[in-house]
Amino acid sequence: MDMKRDYYEDVKLFTSGVVFFWFMVLMVFLAAYPFLVKNYYVYVANYIAINIIVVIGLNILVGYTGQISLGHAGFFAIGAYGTLILMTKLSFPFLLALPVSALIASVFGFLLGLPALRLEGPYLSIATLGFGLTITRVIGKIEYFGGRQGLHAPELVIGPWHLNTDRDFYYLLMVITVLITVGARNLIKTRVGRAFVAIRDADIAAETMGVNLVFYKTLAFAVSAFYTGIAGGLFAFVLRFIEPELFSLFMSIMFLAMVVVGGLGSIMGSIAGACLLGWLDLQLRNILSLPYIGSWLESLSKSYFSLTGVSNIQFILFGLIMVLIMLFEPLGIFGFWIRTKKYWKTWPF
Amino acid sequence: MLDFIQMVASGIAVGSSYALMGLAMVIIYKTSEVPNFAQGEMALISVFFAFMLLDHYGVPGYIAFPATLAFAAVLGFILEFTVLRRAKNPNVLGMIVITIGLEMILLGLVSWKFGADHKDMPFPISPYESFAMGKIFVSTLEVLTLFVALVMMVTLFLFFRFSKLGMAVKATQQNRSAARLMGIRTNRIMMFTWGMSSVVGCVAGLLLTPVSMEPFMMWDPMLKGFASAVLGGMTSLPGAVFGAYMLGIIENLFGGYVSIEFKSVVAFVIIVLVLCVKPSGLFARHYVKKV
Repeated sequence: MDMKRDYYEDVKLFTSGVVFFWFMVLMVFLAAYPFLVKNYYVYVANYIAINIIVVIGLNILVGYTGQISLGHAGFFAIGAYGTLILMTKLSFPFLLALPVSALIASVFGFLLGLPALRLEGPYLSIATLGFGLTITRVIGKIEYFGGRQGLHAPELVIGPWHLNTDRDFYYLLMVITVLITVGARNLIKTRVGRAFVAIRDADIAAETMGVNLVFYKTLAFAVSAFYTGIAGGLFAFVLRFIEPELFSLFMSIMFLAMVVVGGLGSIMGSIAGACLLGWLDLQLRNILSLPYIGSWLESLSKSYFSLTGVSNIQFILFGLIMVLIMLFEPLGIFGFWIRTKKYWKTWPF
Repeated sequence: MLDFIQMVASGIAVGSSYALMGLAMVIIYKTSEVPNFAQGEMALISVFFAFMLLDHYGVPGYIAFPATLAFAAVLGFILEFTVLRRAKNPNVLGMIVITIGLEMILLGLVSWKFGADHKDMPFPISPYESFAMGKIFVSTLEVLTLFVALVMMVTLFLFFRFSKLGMAVKATQQNRSAARLMGIRTNRIMMFTWGMSSVVGCVAGLLLTPVSMEPFMMWDPMLKGFASAVLGGMTSLPGAVFGAYMLGIIENLFGGYVSIEFKSVVAFVIIVLVLCVKPSGLFARHYVKKV
């Protein structure tokens, strides 16, 4: 059952054989996925995988450590630009450029974590928000980073392989995503993860218990920024072209929305939230071509709204999802899943 | 020297609209501890309501503007009543997410209805009219903004100081359960503060329309208003006003002397620096938290 008998049972990666079995099924499915679907859906999977990495990183900060960040687009931009600059201008190989730029992002995360030691609530949110805005503005103004024109991704070569298509890139991305997800799950189960949770629940109490606030809070920012930086570097190769306007405040808000919708403080929730909102984000970009509701929306827009602004329905939908989730299920999809599970386990009662 | 005075003058004018937004946010934050990210878009939808009345239906201005303010108040009431009051065990993060969600809904509605292109608001004063005061040129709109902001501030001050309702709002802000015990219907007070802050934000929005009018016009003033509220301590009305004028002036001076490109981000750098020294703003008392 759910009772833990010793520490190692608590920190075990797979809590039971069933979990391991389903994990393996998932791995097989992910490996077979590109052969089952059309090219576009491979791109969708890549896009969602990027979101998963960011959201897991942001959840470590927001869900587990209880800090707010509205500036993750900044780390994302640092990762993306760092990787491309290191590869094109300094001719680093991809597998070196990616972690190095993620490390740069985590250095910025550490620096942002320093004022965050003393801030909370609205103060922290405005500080991180300002960080995100400033980073994109600075990058956009420096000619070395391509300025407003943006940057094109170079050809991706790893050892003997040339990863030109979405399908090729899919495998690299999935390997990294799985590694990073397992890594996050491990991190949360160890001493560090418990320190994060203690800080979230009561930081002063945690400090009296011997949790070094300075170390762990900045560490949370740095880890989160590292994840986001990795995702940014990979994102540059999914889009193959990046420009400063991409990394807007809206992007940070989307990341936060994914964390909240998926479930604060849960890795599985992060994945669910990233999948749901990432998929919706791509689907709603051309909303009028959706089956059934597309034509209805078109006539509705013609008679009451404007046809040029119809793509803004995605704002409305995302806003609604965020508000409704917060009102009715503050733990998000994960909370819903827990409730359903409990209901079926104790069914007749 | 003349340049300097000119920049300070336009900084004060910009600061006035930040001050109104900041005041609006502080009014809500003090009563319900919600950092209201939807403030800008609440103003936006009211402003477009005014635009619709004036432009589509040809309603004269002396009816349209009061109607807009009434609309803004009702909008605030509705949002508080239908959304914010329903939140289960609210914490700061949850409130931030809810208000961001509201913001996106309102923004989506406005840009769905009106499209993303720029509109010309039939505002009685054009932004290009200006007059000379000595050797400094000040636009009429800037003077009007400053004047309206001052009137709003004085009204708010008088309201909180002398009216019964204002006293009730202050009591609710200080201690909700005690206020309830004294017979104040705190739920209504919350609703009322949302309406009031929506009106203040709407005035700021209306004063910004002659310069630019499009669905994203309130982002920057909202963020700057929020920044100045944070600078002033988030719970202090005079603090927010002071912070707003500080930001407005510093921003303009920075734009004039250092770099025009980074003008709009310098505010956030200042915020971070100030918060490093005084973590809860310049004017707020720092409460020692209990575990």
